[in-house]
Amino acid sequence: MNLQFIVDGLISGSLIGLGAIGITLTYSILRFSNFAHGDFMAWGAYGTLSVVAAIGALVGTTAPIGALSFGWPLIAATIIGMILTACLALLLDWLLFARLRDKGQSIIVVMASFGASMALRSLLEFIFTSSPTYFSRGIQMAIPVGFGIRITPDQMVMLATTVILVTGMHLFMSRSQTGREMRAYSQNPALARVVGIDTARVVRATWIIGAALACAAGVMVGILVQIRPLMGLDLLLPMFAAAILGGIGSVPGAVLGGLIIGLSEAAAVQLIGAEWRAAIAFAILMAVLLVRPMGLFGRAER
Amino acid sequence: MIDLLGYGAFFTSSALIFGLIALGLNLQWGQTGLFNVGIAGFVAIGAYTSAILTTPETADRIGGFDWPILAGWLAAALVTAAAAAFTGFATLRLKSDYLAITTFGVAVVVQLVALNAQSLTGGPFGVAFIPRPFANLQDQPALFNFINLGVIAAVTVAVYLALEHLSRSPWGRVLKALREDERAAISLGKSARSYRIQAFAAGGAVMGLAGAVQAHFIGFIAPNGYLPTLTFQVWAMLMVGGSGSNRGAILGSIVVWAIWVGAGAFSAAVVPGDWQARAASLQIVAIGVMLCLILLWRPQGFFGPNGFLGKRRLK
Repeated sequence: MNLQFIVDGLISGSLIGLGAIGITLTYSILRFSNFAHGDFMAWGAYGTLSVVAAIGALVGTTAPIGALSFGWPLIAATIIGMILTACLALLLDWLLFARLRDKGQSIIVVMASFGASMALRSLLEFIFTSSPTYFSRGIQMAIPVGFGIRITPDQMVMLATTVILVTGMHLFMSRSQTGREMRAYSQNPALARVVGIDTARVVRATWIIGAALACAAGVMVGILVQIRPLMGLDLLLPMFAAAILGGIGSVPGAVLGGLIIGLSEAAAVQLIGAEWRAAIAFAILMAVLLVRPMGLFGRAER
Repeated sequence: MIDLLGYGAFFTSSALIFGLIALGLNLQWGQTGLFNVGIAGFVAIGAYTSAILTTPETADRIGGFDWPILAGWLAAALVTAAAAAFTGFATLRLKSDYLAITTFGVAVVVQLVALNAQSLTGGPFGVAFIPRPFANLQDQPALFNFINLGVIAAVTVAVYLALEHLSRSPWGRVLKALREDERAAISLGKSARSYRIQAFAAGGAVMGLAGAVQAHFIGFIAPNGYLPTLTFQVWAMLMVGGSGSNRGAILGSIVVWAIWVGAGAFSAAVVPGDWQARAASLQIVAIGVMLCLILLWRPQGFFGPNGFLGKRRLK
């Protein structure tokens, strides 16, 4: 078996993991599974693409950095895109989710997220059409690194970025005041309110972090594969499976779950064929639900 | 004139098939509170089951058993019920979100099997030559359309009456008790999980039957007939009609299907050719926004017992 699947799996796994962080946080803090999360990814990627185009129109073409396929405009645009995606999530929360959350039935919020997801995705198809687009059409040479494994410079940078983002997230959740408040709120909302934690701030932080990471993951998918309105929908099942495999509420669990799913998918592509790739996440999801529904790092549901 | 009537029959038949799916969803969501985001998958299971069993023998794929249509429909309902029961079995001891996520996965996997298991499902080209009821009348289009409408209406009425009966039966009352006050129902010795699995399977059976009826009405099925848009349309239909009400499910389906077809015809007439695909996306955006607005402002829907067409009752 060709070991190349390890690189491919790690890369798609880290994209899935980044998205799953948002899903697991939304589930444990806002108490609903957000079906619109994949569409934050797609909106983030298209938002960033638009900002790149705007920067290009302002300053003209720029040289790419080193051997990478992109230059500084994409990095700047990604940061702006993350802010825009966070604004989109906050807007959606204000318009829709917050109002339904107040009514107290969490499954209604899930349904609203499903409706919002369909609307958001089709709105992208309306604005940008359903044909795929790219940040760069250049072809990168993959560098051999031994054991028959090849990796492109873009892929290396994406892996490093994921490590930085995930480490940052972990430090934020474990060390910062806001992170501690978020964890407290997810474990016991009533008690968190009693000790004076500002609920609105926790909710805001959850949306901002989830949406910003979704945007980052969306941009990475755009750089490594392509940008399509359906890109978020296609990643939704792997992201849910990763969040559940890792244990709902656990950020390291979501990332580890993402990596396991990414690696299994890549291995399955070699063993049983690429067309069955999307079934792997479902098989893992069913196995987890039947054998250990609390996931790797989760607490038992009450 | 006869053309217009024929079209009316065709439109009503399509709408009633959606009504059937919505009836199945109403049993799952409206009566039991089980959230199914994979409707398209369950409908597809029914459609493919019946199609594989009833088509004449073909060389290039498994199946073509030439069964009678009714046997195909029955098998479709049973196979879909089994798939739904397994989904429920795996998830219904957990929080309701897990069922939602798993049904979403079911739809993805069914779509994948339909596309890739060429030897069973015909792959992207689907299954053709599915026998249509009263096919010997096909040379008289008007009569044929009306007889098909009659068959579909008869199935819808039968399912409607059965579901109304079920919801008043002791079984239906347990579902209602579980929905209203789960702890009280459990303390009376009713197993919440077992009843929910039964309701989910029964709703799945209705969806599978609807898929089979649709497959035999059109005569041809392909994977792209079972995309998430279908799930979404049926949800909009039930929410417009008023979840919990079987009458609302059927009326909502007719209204939403009329809006959908009308909007499609309007954009086909007004929108220039290269913008047609975009107009179609806008149609879905509109339905999504409508669904959210109904959830926000009118969660009881329009045609249920609490709707403006029904009797207003104080709770």
